[in-house]
Amino acid sequence: MKLELREITKRFGALVANDRISLAVEPGEIHALLGENGAGKSTLMNVLYGLYASDSGEILLDGVPQRFTGPGDAMAAGIGMVHQHFMLVPCFTVAENVMLGHEATRFGGFLNLDAARDKVREIADRFGFDLDPDALVEDLPVGVQQRVEIIKALSRDAKVLVFDEPTAVLTPQETDELMGIMRQLRDSGAAIVFITHKLREVREVADRITVIRLGKVVGEASPTATNAELASLMVGRAVELIVHKNPPRLGEVGLAVSELTVIDHHGTHVVKNVSFEVRRGEILAIAGVQGNGQTELTEALLGLQKHVRGSIRLDGVEVSGQSVRHLLDAGVGFVPEDRNEDGLVGDFSVAENLMLDRAHGEPFVKAGSVQQRKLMEFARSKVAEFDVRTQGIDEHVKFLSGGNQQKVVIARELSRELRLLVAAQPTRGVDVGSVEFIHEQIVAARDAGVPVVVVSTELDEVSALADRIMVMYGGHIVGIVPGATSRSDLGLMMAGERMTEGAAA
Amino acid sequence: MNESSRRMQRVLREITTGSALVPVFAILLAMIVGAVMIAATNVDVQETSGYFFSRPGDCLLAIWQAVSGAYTSLFQGAIYNFDAGNFTDGIRPLTDTLTNATPLIAGGLGVALAFRVGLFNIGGQGQMLIAASVAGWIGFSFNLPPVVHLLVALLGGLAGGAVWGGLVGILKARTGAHEVIVTIMLNYVAFYLVSWMLRTPGLLQAPGSSNPQSPPEAANAILPKIFGPGYSTHFGLVFALLATAVVWWILVRSGLGFQFRAVGFNPRAARVAGINVSRMYVYALLISASLLGLAGVSQVLGTVNTGFTSTIDAGLGFDAITVALLGRSTPIGTLLAALLFGAFRAGGYSMQAVNQVPIEIVLVVQSLIVLFIAAPPLVRSIFRLPDPRRIRDQGLRLRRTKKAGVSA
Repeated sequence: MKLELREITKRFGALVANDRISLAVEPGEIHALLGENGAGKSTLMNVLYGLYASDSGEILLDGVPQRFTGPGDAMAAGIGMVHQHFMLVPCFTVAENVMLGHEATRFGGFLNLDAARDKVREIADRFGFDLDPDALVEDLPVGVQQRVEIIKALSRDAKVLVFDEPTAVLTPQETDELMGIMRQLRDSGAAIVFITHKLREVREVADRITVIRLGKVVGEASPTATNAELASLMVGRAVELIVHKNPPRLGEVGLAVSELTVIDHHGTHVVKNVSFEVRRGEILAIAGVQGNGQTELTEALLGLQKHVRGSIRLDGVEVSGQSVRHLLDAGVGFVPEDRNEDGLVGDFSVAENLMLDRAHGEPFVKAGSVQQRKLMEFARSKVAEFDVRTQGIDEHVKFLSGGNQQKVVIARELSRELRLLVAAQPTRGVDVGSVEFIHEQIVAARDAGVPVVVVSTELDEVSALADRIMVMYGGHIVGIVPGATSRSDLGLMMAGERMTEGAAA
Repeated sequence: MNESSRRMQRVLREITTGSALVPVFAILLAMIVGAVMIAATNVDVQETSGYFFSRPGDCLLAIWQAVSGAYTSLFQGAIYNFDAGNFTDGIRPLTDTLTNATPLIAGGLGVALAFRVGLFNIGGQGQMLIAASVAGWIGFSFNLPPVVHLLVALLGGLAGGAVWGGLVGILKARTGAHEVIVTIMLNYVAFYLVSWMLRTPGLLQAPGSSNPQSPPEAANAILPKIFGPGYSTHFGLVFALLATAVVWWILVRSGLGFQFRAVGFNPRAARVAGINVSRMYVYALLISASLLGLAGVSQVLGTVNTGFTSTIDAGLGFDAITVALLGRSTPIGTLLAALLFGAFRAGGYSMQAVNQVPIEIVLVVQSLIVLFIAAPPLVRSIFRLPDPRRIRDQGLRLRRTKKAGVSA
């Protein structure tokens, strides 16, 4: 089925989120929709899926104009969507999830689960998936859960499939497998829209590329375009994709972790007996698929985990079991993985967020009172230094873009005297322009002699920053390898395969 | 653009976009609904409506008289009585309003402060009862010099309230017990504890009496009247205003308040920033409960100083929640809301006395105000006010777009 969007315009009040966007996707074609966060990709897809009504423009399927008033209409017309955040019920089986929303019933209102099971098997066979229809979704790995989403869409005879940022949660291997599935779907005649901001994937799988910026189509590109060309189209200016950094000047061991075990509130050992060291002036990047103990490890470094065994030494001083307050005062800088939940108070102003972890005393609080003038001066200088784009230092941080929010966090952490910097997912949900800047700041901290631990699930980021790379899988350290280790080796390690000594060195 | 002009602009935007107007319109709306109820319950209106279609004028006149009469006496009972002839008598309703507002100010501040830390302190009744009992007991059983006696009783009362609330904080911090459940239960504990003590000779019961009532307070422990013996307003009001200033300083200016607000908005981020969240909960409940304690003290040493019973709290612990909600949990807002509710309390009685309007209607109006406050979209759609959030988001996106355009 051919999908055509003609001059779609969607306004939110005075803001034009989609400005006369036209897009045509032929059957048997993978059409990549490339753009930064906030460029209007998701709005466009929500219009297509019937979640938003467009202000003007039309949607055509095989040349026939469509009117969607909800996702039900879109599904009935043959549009399927694989969401970034899976729309699955974890405690339902695969078959139950697939039938959810259009449950077939037998006489008397009993669910016809057999029909659903058959459907799952039939589609799984067609694509060579190995999938048990009676498995509980919560027991399945993330990559397999995504296949359930795909089967769900296909079970409704979707001829147009939309993949919304599908690779965010996958290992490189799982990503490659997904690409294979997408190609298979294309070859069977489906029209595929692939939304992403990852350049490598686009070039690998797309037949055509449309780049969106600020709600407008800014250009089409062929899959042969270089990363730099695509990035500059996306951002609207030339972007440095490589972090320039000098060879590390290694100092003493700053952070020494030995035999560290972290037990979560379910009693599960989420970090298992890990030992590593980070020297001053060095960046150790921790790679791994989301959920393999990296988060808990970084939280343990700041004293946020309650049940910790083993030792954490900072410049030779044992700090495990100390309070967060104590560790912050001891000079640990911490950029949390989820800045909105853990890093910022959205309803606080930029200035207030800049003093968030120093609200207990000097320099911002004297005799119990917040030193307003001092704080304002400090905030103004940091906003300028870190190029935070904001209406003013009294603007609420929740109204800033992701990149600018992250700059506030980084500015706050780097403005203290640091003896360790821990940055978890420092550029997640950050626009390409700010990524560059944040990477520079992290490298600058390292060059100033701070030991740095960076956690990232993005291999590009790991490779760009790391002096050494530590890969975690299932709470263990799979290996610690040099920064120049190839993607494919890292990918295998992320899937838990231990490198032989020769290959890793 | 400099700071002050930007601040002015923000205030203007607040006003024009309606968030500051919502309470005003909520009050207006509640008064309109109240007017309907006044008319419906009025005997003359009921009679004249029987022949509405033959002589509608009678009915309309009756409605007008009922409603305007009721609200006039509400005003005359709360602010100034024009029928009084001279100023000294005419102004008395206003002083009654202030007296009624005093415990509401203190209690409302207590609830508001807890709200800002993300805590729902429903335990005002219990905290007031304990505070009133301690202050009352000190007040009637000792014989201390003037001023000293009052201050000791006052501080004792605050401490009593703080202990009762601090208990909640410690339970929450140590065991994770939810403060709503704990405070409700402690209300019962406090009520029956105080009731029992009031029935037990040698504890709080007045000697020689069989009523569950305490002896009257010693003269030195009583909060003096501010405007002289002819008016009910007592020095509790001064303490309440002082408390408003202190709470304002804590929330707006102090490092502690900064940590309070951080915990209230986002406890996870506060924890990551090294703020001891559990300790903040304990501190907040201590302060909140001592403010409710102040409300209890002002009752027992000010308004009712002839001996108290177990209903000394007079439902103020719950009205304090309403006041804090209406005041949007800001110190100034709470102060204004408490004055309004004090006026309703004072005016309600005269409405009942002069116009035979049931006092319950005033209570319904009070409740409706809060109901409308709690549902700002409803008020906005009735009065066609714009939604500030939407305006804000749009402006923001636009700005971002512009900026991105410049940087591109």
